[in-house]
Amino acid sequence: MNIAVAIDQIPQEALPSASEAGPAPKRIVVAFGFWIFLLSDIVMFAALFASYAVLVRSTAGGPTGAQLFNQTTVAIETACLLFSSYTCGLMSLAVNSRRYLRTYLGALITFALGAIFLGLEIREFLSMIAIGAAPQRSAFLSAFFTLVGCHGLHVALGLIWLTVMMVQVAVFGFAARVQHRLLCFSLFWHALDIVWVGVLTVVYLMGVSS
Amino acid sequence: MNFLGKLDWNAIPLHEPIIMGATGFMVLVVLVVLGFVTVKGAWPYLWREWLTSVDHKRIGAMYCILALVMMLRGFSDAIMIRSQQALAAGGAQGYLPPEHFNQIFSAHGTIMILFMAMPFVVGLMNFAVPLQLGVRDVAFPTLNSVSFWLTASGALLVNISLAVGEFSKATWWGYPPLSEMQYSPGVGVDYYLWSLQISGIGTLLAGINFVTTILKLRAPGMSYMRMPVFCWTALAANLLIVAAFPVLTATLAMLALDRYLGFHFFSLEGQGNQMLYSNLFWVWGHPEVYILILPAFGVFSEVMATFSGKPLFGYRSMVAATMTICVLSFLVWLHHFFTMGASANVNGFFGVMSMIIALPTGAKVFNWLFTMYGGRVRFSVPVLWSIGFIVTFVIGGMTGVLMAVPPADFQLHNSVFLVAHFHNVAIGGVVFGVMAGYNYWFPKAFGFKLDERWGRASFWCWFVGFYVAFMPLYVLGLMGMTRRMQHYDNLSWQPWLIAAAFGTAIILVGVVCQIVQLVVSIRHREELRDVTGDPWNARTLEWATASPPPAWNFAFQPKVAGLDAFWSSKSHAQATREEPAPPRNYEPVEMPKNSATGFVTAFFAVVIGFALIWHIWWLAGVGMFGAFVTLLAFSFRRHNEIEVPAEEIARFVRAHQAGVAA
Repeated sequence: MNIAVAIDQIPQEALPSASEAGPAPKRIVVAFGFWIFLLSDIVMFAALFASYAVLVRSTAGGPTGAQLFNQTTVAIETACLLFSSYTCGLMSLAVNSRRYLRTYLGALITFALGAIFLGLEIREFLSMIAIGAAPQRSAFLSAFFTLVGCHGLHVALGLIWLTVMMVQVAVFGFAARVQHRLLCFSLFWHALDIVWVGVLTVVYLMGVSS
Repeated sequence: MNFLGKLDWNAIPLHEPIIMGATGFMVLVVLVVLGFVTVKGAWPYLWREWLTSVDHKRIGAMYCILALVMMLRGFSDAIMIRSQQALAAGGAQGYLPPEHFNQIFSAHGTIMILFMAMPFVVGLMNFAVPLQLGVRDVAFPTLNSVSFWLTASGALLVNISLAVGEFSKATWWGYPPLSEMQYSPGVGVDYYLWSLQISGIGTLLAGINFVTTILKLRAPGMSYMRMPVFCWTALAANLLIVAAFPVLTATLAMLALDRYLGFHFFSLEGQGNQMLYSNLFWVWGHPEVYILILPAFGVFSEVMATFSGKPLFGYRSMVAATMTICVLSFLVWLHHFFTMGASANVNGFFGVMSMIIALPTGAKVFNWLFTMYGGRVRFSVPVLWSIGFIVTFVIGGMTGVLMAVPPADFQLHNSVFLVAHFHNVAIGGVVFGVMAGYNYWFPKAFGFKLDERWGRASFWCWFVGFYVAFMPLYVLGLMGMTRRMQHYDNLSWQPWLIAAAFGTAIILVGVVCQIVQLVVSIRHREELRDVTGDPWNARTLEWATASPPPAWNFAFQPKVAGLDAFWSSKSHAQATREEPAPPRNYEPVEMPKNSATGFVTAFFAVVIGFALIWHIWWLAGVGMFGAFVTLLAFSFRRHNEIEVPAEEIARFVRAHQAGVAA
């Protein structure tokens, strides 16, 4: 029994529920897909957090977190990153209302704060390596540098991404796909904050308290 | 500091006749294929229609081709393992020295799981899911192409390891400390690491793409409970990919840091923790087996319903069972190493969770049986694979439940009983599943059916060969034989191993039959032609369009009012004896434009991987820069869509309807 039928011509009632509404618009699809990516990224961080938690006491006779961490630096880092999410939010508002100057300004401050964060983190890493607390010293330090460094790598990639996006704003204006990408960027930047709150708690606060 | 890192002429194993023979054969095949394409002048066609294609159907087909090629590679390894073990008893040493044998079983496992089963399953999902959902493509078509080419890059690196250097000798899980620099100073583990890392990123991106596609792009009217079961199983598998593959990425990155920069995650010095690797690896590894088997379950569901001429029995329970397995798969990883020495309560928990998975799986088996019950079952090739699956998988499942009992596992751990068990479910489940899917969807993909006679011959050889090859391993496991033995002294094992090798020979005949089936079908494609688009009298939307479907899949957006949308529209048309549809106004369709991004990115991924394996740091930098520039260039492309004119769509539909009428 082979009949060619026009499949779209079935008589039917009005479509009631949202799950029957048909393909979602591009903006929703892009943002949703990026959410799924962020979830997978957070799962990757979860694996790094778990490894850190397992290895945190494996110092092999070397320095512990309490001896190494500088709370002032960490406080400034945290302030920079959290405040940069606020300016990133201002940038998103400017994008939505299609204001170039405010967009560039928001991006500039976000970039600067991210760069300060990254600079402080690199300085912290270098000072630890200088006193012999390098990742090769112990399993604890391997896990520390990997977890915190992976977050730092994300911030660095975010800075490159933000720069590219500003060039795209300059070249394409607020075209739909530029807006979609900026939306994804701001999701990414906020997600990095969430991960940092985890790092701050699990690594630095719990590290100096124990 | 050497310009080419660790790479020099000694990397090519000229003194190993077997490896050089295999390499020579591989190079010859590649040259013949490239020469054939050049002589036929097919490069522009190949570049335009395949290599840069972002069409999910083409990408799906390429995944399946990659899987079939890698199956030959992995199967050659299997033949060598079985023949070595059949020979090397007592005084005899066989023909494979230990360092070669160790590479072979490591490569066999790596290839079969990650470069055969994975691409095959992802390929079938790529091909069928958007069609079943009634949409024109996946959510991110160019990303889809990137995913495929990254997977192909990983496969290429594994094959390069045959000719240049060596492959890992540290098994397909790469357990430390064996896989650490101290005990594996060669490049084998690095080939393993970077091929898995690159293909793993490809798979993760594919998972993100498919979760988004299934959750956000469905034909109007297709609510979740109207999706074909294959889409449900694909959703479950891709959710598992998104949740599990990042763990693999992190774990392999940690091992790479240990090997390259002297970190101490899993090393013996610096208080590294080896069992941390085992836990992390199987947090990915156990969901991975469900990533493979769930889509196979989906294929069987489609095949059973179609060829029984009945709706699937217990659709809702099938969906519930699929999603239950999806969740439970994350709660059982520790059963891979009950012998780790965790407390009895921990082992007890993971043992019970493992046994519980048998419940939803059992529900599925009964659903398939009841689907056939009372139906007019047509015993076509996909049905043979499905029935073979039910019988074989139930046996494999029962030995699995047996091993989920921790005290029993302490006896069976690392024995060939385990090898028999996971081949029982991997071949009887995944391989039979992808073969059913391959025979089922081939006419949709290429417009002609596969030859039935050779398909049957292939099935029976695989089916019988599987039992002859693996039932002896259950016995051997109970006799105390451990896995991965290059040589053994217990002569009472040898008869069983000879039987197993004989079984492998029967499977080999099955593989040859498959190749013959493909060749014969291509030669007789005119007799096997399917003009209707619905050769099996099937139930789901992919059969509502022409075979092969046009790039835009459907001339009009299908609308769905229930399960088995295509079946109900056929019944409706028959019941009302409608006049042929009146001429309609076709509208232009926007389709994603071809892109070389995937191919070029993958090229640079191979460069990066190869450079890192051989410690050629400058080349790794060049590769990363190239990949970055490629992605940047893509992001600055002004037009990502082309418009297919309404005229072209109308012409295609008229030609198709004329074909159906004739």
